[in-house]
Amino acid sequence: MEHAGFRPVLLGLIVLLPLAGFVINGAVALLAPARKRIVTWAGPGVLALAFALALVNFFGMLGVELEQAIVRDYWSWMPVGNLEVAAALQLDQLSMLMTLIVTGVSFVIHVYSVGYMGDDPGYARYFAYLNLFVFFMLVLVLGANFPVMFVGWEGVGLCSYLLIGFWFRDREKADAGKKAFIVNRIGDLGFMVAMLLLFTNLGSLDFEEVFRAAPATLAYGGALVTTITLFLFLGATGKSAQIPLYIWLPDAMAGPTPVSALIHAATMVTAGVYMVARTGVLFALAPVSMIVVAGIGALTALFAATIGLAQYDIKKVLAYSTVSQLGYMFLAVGVGAFGTGMFHLMTHAFFKALLFRGSGAVIHAVHGAFHHTHKEWDPQDMRNMGGLRHYLPLTWIVMWIGTLAISGVWPFAGFFSKDEIIWQAAARAVGPFAPWFTAFWAMAIAAAVLTAFYMTRLMIMTFHGEIRCGAAECTHLHEVPAVMSLPLVVLAGLSTVGGWVNMPHAIAELPVLGWLPSAEWIHAWLEPAVRPAEAILGPRLGALNEAAPLGGGEAFWAAVAFALAVVVIGVGSSVVLRWKYRPALESLEPVGLKKVLYRKWYVDEAYETLIVRPVVATSRALWRLVDEALIDNVLVNGAGYTSRAFGWAGSRLQTGQLNTYAFAVVLGALILLGFMLL
Amino acid sequence: MQALLDAIGYSTWVVHFLVFFPTAGMLLVLLGAENRAKHVAFWIALLEFVVSVPLWFSFNTASGSFQFAGQADWIPAWGVHYAVGIDGIGLLLVLLTTFLAPLTILGSFRYIDRREKAFYAMMLLLQTGILGVFVALDLFLFFVFWEVMLVPMYFIIGVWGGERRIYAAIKFFLYTALGSLLMLVAILYLFFKYRALTGNVSFGYFELLQVPLTFREQFWLFAAFALAFAIKVPVFPFHTWLPDAHVEAPTPGSVVLAAVLLKLGAFGFLRFLLPFFPQAATDSRIVLLLLVLGLIGIIYAAWVAAVQPDAKKLVAYTSVAHMGFVVLGIFALTQQGVQGAMLVMLSHGASTGALFLLVGMLYERRHTRLSGDFGGLGAVMPAFATIFMITALTSIGLPGTSGFVGEFLSLLGTFQTHPWVAMLGATGVIFAAYYMLPMVQRIWFNEIDRPENRELPDLSRRELAVLVPLVVIMLWMGVYPKPFLERSEVTVAELLERVEARRISTPSLLATFAAPPAGAAERAGD
Repeated sequence: MEHAGFRPVLLGLIVLLPLAGFVINGAVALLAPARKRIVTWAGPGVLALAFALALVNFFGMLGVELEQAIVRDYWSWMPVGNLEVAAALQLDQLSMLMTLIVTGVSFVIHVYSVGYMGDDPGYARYFAYLNLFVFFMLVLVLGANFPVMFVGWEGVGLCSYLLIGFWFRDREKADAGKKAFIVNRIGDLGFMVAMLLLFTNLGSLDFEEVFRAAPATLAYGGALVTTITLFLFLGATGKSAQIPLYIWLPDAMAGPTPVSALIHAATMVTAGVYMVARTGVLFALAPVSMIVVAGIGALTALFAATIGLAQYDIKKVLAYSTVSQLGYMFLAVGVGAFGTGMFHLMTHAFFKALLFRGSGAVIHAVHGAFHHTHKEWDPQDMRNMGGLRHYLPLTWIVMWIGTLAISGVWPFAGFFSKDEIIWQAAARAVGPFAPWFTAFWAMAIAAAVLTAFYMTRLMIMTFHGEIRCGAAECTHLHEVPAVMSLPLVVLAGLSTVGGWVNMPHAIAELPVLGWLPSAEWIHAWLEPAVRPAEAILGPRLGALNEAAPLGGGEAFWAAVAFALAVVVIGVGSSVVLRWKYRPALESLEPVGLKKVLYRKWYVDEAYETLIVRPVVATSRALWRLVDEALIDNVLVNGAGYTSRAFGWAGSRLQTGQLNTYAFAVVLGALILLGFMLL
Repeated sequence: MQALLDAIGYSTWVVHFLVFFPTAGMLLVLLGAENRAKHVAFWIALLEFVVSVPLWFSFNTASGSFQFAGQADWIPAWGVHYAVGIDGIGLLLVLLTTFLAPLTILGSFRYIDRREKAFYAMMLLLQTGILGVFVALDLFLFFVFWEVMLVPMYFIIGVWGGERRIYAAIKFFLYTALGSLLMLVAILYLFFKYRALTGNVSFGYFELLQVPLTFREQFWLFAAFALAFAIKVPVFPFHTWLPDAHVEAPTPGSVVLAAVLLKLGAFGFLRFLLPFFPQAATDSRIVLLLLVLGLIGIIYAAWVAAVQPDAKKLVAYTSVAHMGFVVLGIFALTQQGVQGAMLVMLSHGASTGALFLLVGMLYERRHTRLSGDFGGLGAVMPAFATIFMITALTSIGLPGTSGFVGEFLSLLGTFQTHPWVAMLGATGVIFAAYYMLPMVQRIWFNEIDRPENRELPDLSRRELAVLVPLVVIMLWMGVYPKPFLERSEVTVAELLERVEARRISTPSLLATFAAPPAGAAERAGD
């Protein structure tokens, strides 16, 4: 299947470079943690090279009609009987796009981390973990079969665990890491079971084989393919923080802020979306699973947005916003718009990385100020901020860009991707499932309104109004250094223009909004990769009815979404919040609905009561009652006491006279032997 | 290389050497000085390992029969032979044993501080017993080695153990001896049945393999053997000797116990239960019973492990969970299942062995094993923390480590015959995280809240020398398990074929006896 026009250049090296970085930085961390210079070069350096290599491959692929993925087998990994799993990577349009996003965003964040983590004693260890993360992420993205993808899948979970608990001496942070790992493993169980089902029914775990065999072997809409895809989706809800497994992500904000930006916003958490797009053929065969995916996505988008309304920790707001935006992506892939989901994944990587790093700059500055004056306040609590625009003007501007992008304001990146998702949901509202998709569409619209509002609230609480961090502290507030601000500017640029690569033609025809060059580049680029899935979906769903459903085409809904976002931001900031946070209006502790939202609908508490505590209690009961009391004391020792009652041999046993026992064994054997000989 | 080995007749003497060299070494240790004992023992174990390495290369992977075989009469009147040989399953377990022995001995240099001569003599004698079990091709010989192995282990726990060592040692001995007694009766039954049918006497593996058995006979003999092996594995609910034995045993005792002795039970399943009693071993009710017991082991032991305050006891319970995957894999009776079970055994040998060593090293530093007594050690001993973390992740089956390959294959194999069992078994991945991560956190993360934990020395060179080879093997088997898989592939395939063939028709002894049995002929030819 080698393609004449294109040969991947050093594909394996893209993956190996971050691994080499991990080895170098890991060695420094263990042997000479003070040698930060090596780390500063090696950490971001390997990523620069990997990104460059990804670009070389990307430009090589441009203009080549690549119909099939290019697979590179490196070695035979698990050959057992009829199972043949190779350590293999595959390059197609989908994995290429993800590789670009992963290496690109990672590189920028590595550079930013040089500034952010510069003073940390665990500098080398930090970069070792971060490099290892990129390695596993690339394995996940480029893997050519399910098990290799699973290596990356669990590997990124491990790195997430290590990085959330990076400051492991803080119990809360270590707890958060542990929670992330265990919750993710629940999802991983789904991935694992899906693999078992696939192999048993299709006889292979290679993507190529599975996707070729699936349409012929698995009945459309059958129980089997539905089960497989639902298990896969369980895996996705773990990794991508969807209902019901989203609970780890907000806690994961305990990690260093660049980690939140890279792993818990831009890359790892999108792995579930990528996986659904990658296995699109299977999902396309299972309409019920598609509805579940879309429904969970829409519900998560709305649900997480409501929680985001009432949080005070700046990173928590962004965390719930991430959960919510991931919900949009699942809504997109759930309605069969795989390219659109990937598009939102990309724009989200830009603006969410920007927002997180902007918040990182804020926390960095506030923390530094509090540190100077030894004030024991929480530097992440927005109630302790306000008015920061005077001190962090650059951060203020780029954060507004991020806010406009995420809220879906034209012409920023999020507008194009989010509007397309909303429209796709509306357009799919045909056929027997129309009411469902209409409901998802309505939830998406509602979530968009909430998104614009909680982001406006965040901006106003942080940057506008009076300064609440204290007069003495103000003098210590500093804008970030160049090594951190440059990445911010780059991402701000991408958040602004990043959406233009996929300007729908419909919007180009609109007045005012339509002057940008239209180019449905993402769709065109991904078309060969998603073609097999669309070939299954297309005939069954019929051509998308652009005009009929819900009374408007893409352009109409784009305009509506735009108008909504602008109104919410405009009215929200000026009328509702009046450009400043007024603590007097809020009681010290939130009450009523606000309290429910602040406490996150009490989901964590419910899980704690319904699942965690019963499991631990049962564990203790099994240990004390079954293992110790029943088996050991009643059965085993009971047998011992009984035999002692029978006399001499027994009593000797209990006193440790081994030779008597050994003698008894031999004697017994001889007696038996004698019987049989006779 | 092969030419050189042929020139020295390697394949003719290697097995005898491996079995008896440790015994000879034991005498050397006993005759030598007390303070030299550990060094002598270490060099003997290392030499043993070096001699065993060419097995890996010269083993013919295309053949499933016994290689490096040898035979001599022992007690001709009873038909007892000294007959030995190595197949693909035995090969991996023999190498696991010889690989771990020098590391275990090196790891006990500091822990064992009294009666050293006696201790290292016991360790070497144990080595003879274990290797003998893996290579014996005569049921009497097998039983002798099985019992030989029991005695040194009993003393290692009972003499060098912790506070409740006597209780633990006796419990260990009673449990195991009870099993072996029943097994002895079953062996004798086979012997007499063979004599009754042919008029000859023999304990030979291949001869007794030909004894035709009714289903009823198979059932009872299967039960007797299975009990002996199930106690050893251990299969729930015969596992309660294990936590006590592990906690009370000195570190090297725990390492050998977990890494090698537990494998003897699973080895017995493969070497005896399946080929001798194929109808019983493939009976759907029996298979289901064993699978369910394995499944209970996986989940139950993981839950119980999770609430153990004693780190060593926690690791002990995880052994039960891991061996549950072995039971699943074996009684899946599929190629992936059995080979997965083999890999779980090897992986468990390396990772659990390493965990016991690591917990022992913590104990040497702080004289406690309660994970709550530690905390924040990651900042104090970074290298120690790193190795502990890699080992813990292997133990919970992270992909890229050996733990994953074994568990995945055994689940994959099980799924093909018993999907529900495999799906429930897969929940083990969650519970593994549930028991392991809190312990890791309690020891290595959190604040350093005890002053005595502030200044602990990181791993010494000796300790690194013990642990690094184990880490290398865990990663090697995780990334490139093929060499391990291909060495047992044909043996397992032939075993499953034989089971399948004999399940359908029990061979008539008299008919097959006109021509010598295939295995025996091959053995004689070697």
